[in-house]
Amino acid sequence: MPGTLVLATTENAGLTRNALEVLAGGKKLRALLGEPVGAAILGRELSAHVPLLFAYGADQVYRAEHQLLERYQGDAFASVMHQICQRAQPNMVLLAGDSIGREVGPRLANRLKAGFVADFVDFDLEAASGRLRFTRQTYGGKAMAVMQPKAFPVVATAKLRAMEPPTKEEGRTGEEIVVDVALEASQLKTRVLEKIQEEVTGVKLEDAKIVVSGGRGVRGPEGFKVLEQLAQVIKGAVGASRAATDAGWVPPSWQVGQTGKSVSPDLYLAFGISGATQHVAGISGAKNIVAINTDPEAPIYKVAQLGVVGDWKAVATKLIESCKELTGR
Amino acid sequence: MPLNIIVCIKQVIDPEIPASQFKIDPGTKRQVQGSHSLVISAYDQNALEVAIQLKEKQGGKVTAISVGAATAATALKSALSMGADEAILVDDPAIAASDQQGIAYVLAKATQKVGTFDLVLTGCVSGDWGDRAVPAFMAEELGIGCVSFVSRIEAKDGQVVLRRVVEDGYELIEAKTPVLASVISDDTNTPRYPKLKDIMAAGKKTIPTWKAADLVLDPDRVGSGAARVAITDVYLPLKESKCEMIKGDTPQEQAANLAARLRELKLI
Ligand SMILES: Cc1cc2nc3c(=O)[nH]c(=O)nc-3n(C[C@H](O)[C@H](O)[C@H](O)COP(=O)(O)OP(=O)(O)OC[C@H]3O[C@@H](n4cnc5c(N)ncnc54)[C@H](O)[C@@H]3O)c2cc1C
Ligand SMILES: Nc1ncnc2c1ncn2[C@@H]1O[C@H](COP(=O)(O)O)[C@@H](O)[C@H]1O
Repeated sequence: MPGTLVLATTENAGLTRNALEVLAGGKKLRALLGEPVGAAILGRELSAHVPLLFAYGADQVYRAEHQLLERYQGDAFASVMHQICQRAQPNMVLLAGDSIGREVGPRLANRLKAGFVADFVDFDLEAASGRLRFTRQTYGGKAMAVMQPKAFPVVATAKLRAMEPPTKEEGRTGEEIVVDVALEASQLKTRVLEKIQEEVTGVKLEDAKIVVSGGRGVRGPEGFKVLEQLAQVIKGAVGASRAATDAGWVPPSWQVGQTGKSVSPDLYLAFGISGATQHVAGISGAKNIVAINTDPEAPIYKVAQLGVVGDWKAVATKLIESCKELTGR
Repeated sequence: MPLNIIVCIKQVIDPEIPASQFKIDPGTKRQVQGSHSLVISAYDQNALEVAIQLKEKQGGKVTAISVGAATAATALKSALSMGADEAILVDDPAIAASDQQGIAYVLAKATQKVGTFDLVLTGCVSGDWGDRAVPAFMAEELGIGCVSFVSRIEAKDGQVVLRRVVEDGYELIEAKTPVLASVISDDTNTPRYPKLKDIMAAGKKTIPTWKAADLVLDPDRVGSGAARVAITDVYLPLKESKCEMIKGDTPQEQAANLAARLRELKLI
């Protein structure tokens, strides 16, 4: 029976949070349309993940193992996802809006002659017509767009952190399908030579409950050292605006926003960030935003819950002291 | 090894205008330009910069292509003044309302018409609609490899090594040419400011305009009718703003009050 297929990605021998988010999307589609959810899992030695995928809501698991799937490679993933789709014939394919889904999604849509919806934040059925309807941000977060498929299949990527991972149902089972992968090294037009993993001290930015971010107002890499100190004291991660990453003050992977990461912390502290919509697009999931800026008219105050008007450095330095006192760290 | 590089340029209404000045036409569901300027979409400038740097090192030729209205010629002129050697505008009412799949198909056809190419560079995301999909669609159309979110490229003997920015660092990826890369910004590809003499020289160059007929397009694949997903509404999100301002006469007082407030809210 045609239904939804989600791509479940893995890291460090576990499922990614992004995979759980798309499974939540699959479950929601099942509730709306009554269609089963299949999960595709690609890599090597994946057996241990299969029961977990059932527990998180998959009805079928398509397990594709191959030497060339050991780590993500666009040609290999696109090709194998296409093979799985030919077999599963899904109406909907859901992928996370991460560096994998954003590359595989459109490639797969092209191969399936499917429609494509990028970075949806939600979907529902239109009351009058019963038709599926996706909502997404567009124009760099300045507008929302409603997108309705005219035909199926459709491939869609989910904006990260727009959906909560589903609850785990222990003991839930389903059907496992072992995919006979047809893949040759000669098919791969690109090859990963090396992966350079940046060292993370403390919490990962995308998972952090507290994020301390800096922008152009911070004026240089030295400023970020102060923000790192603050982050350490309040157990947060450090993020940045595009102005700061483009200047080379901090690595591109620290960028928060439309092009960078989506974060959903309980507390987001923005130092010297003006609050351009493209930046704010990455913090729409933040529960409390605090803006520290010298310009009381900065747009960031329009989305912040708490504001301080002042020099970022003076406030940050004193905040480190106050937080040390309060938290006893 | 000289490189023939195609750079895809989209002209957009300045994406950095404040949200308060942003308007949607209720009829067309598109952004109203008003008095805002038209610019080269942000990351396309980074793509162009990467292309020009490669050309300066390796030799070769940079061709900028844009699918858009007649106004896009201005964007192409700026591309020429930055250092592109040639520019092509694809402008035809039959393709104007195409979705991203349609645009990618047209860009692929135009790229093939240009002839031999080693690299196709695009921005990683467009400044207006922002699907980050055109590059991957286009690579599929061309049947070539695709690497997204690339900040740096080095070329040697028919191979290129691309630095792909990922969530937790970056990958170095080797690819045979031709290959397509979508470019993300970093401190090595900040777009250059053109010199006055280059602006003058670019002003004198002619930009050919290609029509649908020049590209022998399948009419079923372009125009609004070809879109498989309909855009049924575009609206402005409602944002309430009730920002509580933290008081204090000195940064020390402000910081202490902020810390106390955050503690009260159980956030630290
Ligand atoms: C397609 C596209 C995608 C984009 N994606 C992203 C993205 O993912 N993430 C992102 O961040 N941006 C993104 N941008 C860029 C975005 O539009 C803004 O240009 C960027 O966010 C500005 O960064 P900023 O706030 O640090 O700098 P600015 O806008 O220059 O703001 C600096 C702020 O610092 C304040 N300031 C100065 N000195 C001090 C001081 N001493 N103390 C306190 N405050 C001070 C100023 O008042 C000002 O408000 C994107 C743009 C485009 C077109
Ligand atoms: N109409 C167009 N003309 C030329 N290039 C385009 C066009 N639309 C998109 N592109 C390219 O594709 C990139 C990504 O666009 P998008 O998929 O819309 O986010 C852009 O940064 C451009 O390089």
